Amino acid sequence: MHKLLEQSPGKKLLLLGNEAIVRGALEAGASVCAAYPGTPSSEIANNLFFISQEPSPPLYFEFSTNEKVAMEVAAAASAAGLRSLTCMKHVGMNVAADVLMTLAYVGTKGGMVIVTADDPSMHSSQNEQDNRYYARFSSLPMLEPTSPQEAKEMTIVAFEISEQLELPVIVRTTTRTSHVRGPVELGELPGNVTSKGSFQKDPRRWVPVPAVARIRHKVLLEAEEKARRLAEESNYNSSVGEGSFGVLATGVGACYAADAIHELGLSGKVKFLRLGFIYPYPNKLLLEFMQGLEKILVVEELEPFHEDHLKALAYENGLSIEIMGKKSGHFSRLYEFDPGHVKEAIAKVASVDYAPPVMPDLSTIPELPMRPPSLCPGCPHRETYNGIKEALKALGQEERAIYPTDIGCYTLGLLPPIQMADYLLCMGSSVGTSAGFSVATDHKIVSFIGDSTFFHSGISPLVNAVHNEHKFCLVILDNSTTAMTGHQPNPGISLRPPGYEKPRVDIEEVVRACGVKNIVKVNPYKHKESLEAYKEVLAKDELSVIIAEAPCILYLKRVGGKR
Amino acid sequence: MDRMRILITGVGGQGTLLASSLLGEAVMAEGLPVRVSEVHGMAQRGGVVESTVMIGGIESPIISNGYADILVGFEPLETLRALNRCNKGSTIITNVTPIVPFTVELGQAEYPDVGHWIGFMEEHYKKVIAYDAATAAKEAGTPKALNVVLLGTLIATGLVPVSVERMKQTIKEKVKPKFIEANLKALDIGLSQN
Repeated sequence: MHKLLEQSPGKKLLLLGNEAIVRGALEAGASVCAAYPGTPSSEIANNLFFISQEPSPPLYFEFSTNEKVAMEVAAAASAAGLRSLTCMKHVGMNVAADVLMTLAYVGTKGGMVIVTADDPSMHSSQNEQDNRYYARFSSLPMLEPTSPQEAKEMTIVAFEISEQLELPVIVRTTTRTSHVRGPVELGELPGNVTSKGSFQKDPRRWVPVPAVARIRHKVLLEAEEKARRLAEESNYNSSVGEGSFGVLATGVGACYAADAIHELGLSGKVKFLRLGFIYPYPNKLLLEFMQGLEKILVVEELEPFHEDHLKALAYENGLSIEIMGKKSGHFSRLYEFDPGHVKEAIAKVASVDYAPPVMPDLSTIPELPMRPPSLCPGCPHRETYNGIKEALKALGQEERAIYPTDIGCYTLGLLPPIQMADYLLCMGSSVGTSAGFSVATDHKIVSFIGDSTFFHSGISPLVNAVHNEHKFCLVILDNSTTAMTGHQPNPGISLRPPGYEKPRVDIEEVVRACGVKNIVKVNPYKHKESLEAYKEVLAKDELSVIIAEAPCILYLKRVGGKR
Repeated sequence: MDRMRILITGVGGQGTLLASSLLGEAVMAEGLPVRVSEVHGMAQRGGVVESTVMIGGIESPIISNGYADILVGFEPLETLRALNRCNKGSTIITNVTPIVPFTVELGQAEYPDVGHWIGFMEEHYKKVIAYDAATAAKEAGTPKALNVVLLGTLIATGLVPVSVERMKQTIKEKVKPKFIEANLKALDIGLSQN
């Protein structure tokens, strides 16, 4: 049995933040969950997947082809009265944003929770956007846990708030809250979870043509005010201590601030407000917090989400308080926070001594060899890259080739000695940007995309390329799994997790159906054969697709799924 | 209860994450507050893998420069790289068997002299326990037990609030049945290194 399915109320398990969210969804009786994997959110989807593979599973889960589809699956389940959840990394929210912005208008029936996992410092991401702004952008409530225990509780509370307001509720984590383990007290798992809902037709609610949308926007703004009152009364927004100096902190910033206040001996001497129900801004509570304060330090990673609001609120209410944080230079908008730095900043504003730890002089240590991430030894992508490079060299095209690339392990083709990654934006961008480069330059365009990324958002730009007669060669690196995020299945896989019987969608057939004429499929390990094939395809100045098919060796070795 | 910050560092595949989660489980079983933080995703592909175990009510999941009370290095280069996280009062436990990065194999960088830098650590830090934990793990029956060997040495210092018995019990409960025996042996070997 999956460890998260243990009944034992009251027992404590050491769980990852992401696992705690899954346990919360289980305790809340979520029926339908859907996701596309992405670090740091992946363990949520992975655990839901394994739970859905159990005999008589308590919920339905699917790996959807992308975040937009996943959010649509969850939205419809909610409209049918079931509790549903979708989770994604921060940039996945951009893909699903088209759904999100209007889902906020039509609203929900069964509780719906959207988890976004942000990645300050970009441990595994291409940007460090602050998804708290999605809450403000969409007018939807947002909760942000600071521990695994809170992550579980807040997931349950999010379902309840969602049903109360008929709005989806966003739970936001960051890398550090998703990937921290802590004790989580188990609650009760419901005995019977409804697996089929019933959808009540109501076009004036569910079909946002302009006349309906105008009404629904008003409903949304009214619900936002109700949510604000919930935030003002929430147990997750509370302050401790007294004094003229206030600290307002959220997310992992609240952890750093709590430790700093304790270790600096400031407990009780500063007014410390932790916000967990972070949007709508709890204005009444914030005004009460500001009463009697002379200065406030806002401890929040990334953007000045609360700092800016606090300043606006102080201005509107004629309060003269020094509000510090990003703009005062105490903290940066860049990267994740460092707990020592937070401690130093709080000490400085509180005018208490800060004694940093005494460290030996390390200046004699030479520059140490790095261990940059690299493609695994024996990885099929290496073979494909080297083969394509050799073919282009033989054709005299290597010097003038541009390589748009995509998101996956193969992005590491950027590094020497391969160095075949020239341009990247987001999932699927290899195909769309190849179209742009082929119009805007006379270079040879050879782009790379993985199998899962192709299904995620590579198909639509490929249709565009056929129709608009763009000339480039798209290499689909088909390793039969979503390797980077931990080997999740995708529609094209031939290598399967045990018991996974869903129908396969053949990439070659899809490419052919898109209208691509020049298609070749190779086994990149067969060097001579594939080299000849590459040369033949690359010699022509037309749209072509090379499918390099060989399973991820790590997956083949580790999981040994059946072929 | 004293607050304690433990940093565990090594190379992907060495079992650092299992070590930190076993230690976290044991601390929790002792009834003490604990948080364990891990590195997932891209960073795991052959790179440096770091985890922390924070005991005694610390909420922060990560450790700033100078704040590690104990550093457990699974690989000597990684121990050296993590020295900036230690202070003069820190205790360092390190394996001395190198895993040479490909940047060194390609001639782009030079691997530091392990003996010299162990000497440096012994001179500048409160306590240093350095030995060949890789060979010790092989003696226990599997090179993969390196993590539990080092965990044994950590318990033997008496600095962490976990009894030997508790650690054994945690291994019995959390490790796959076929690896329990080798891991218990590895723990004993590690315990004897203090």
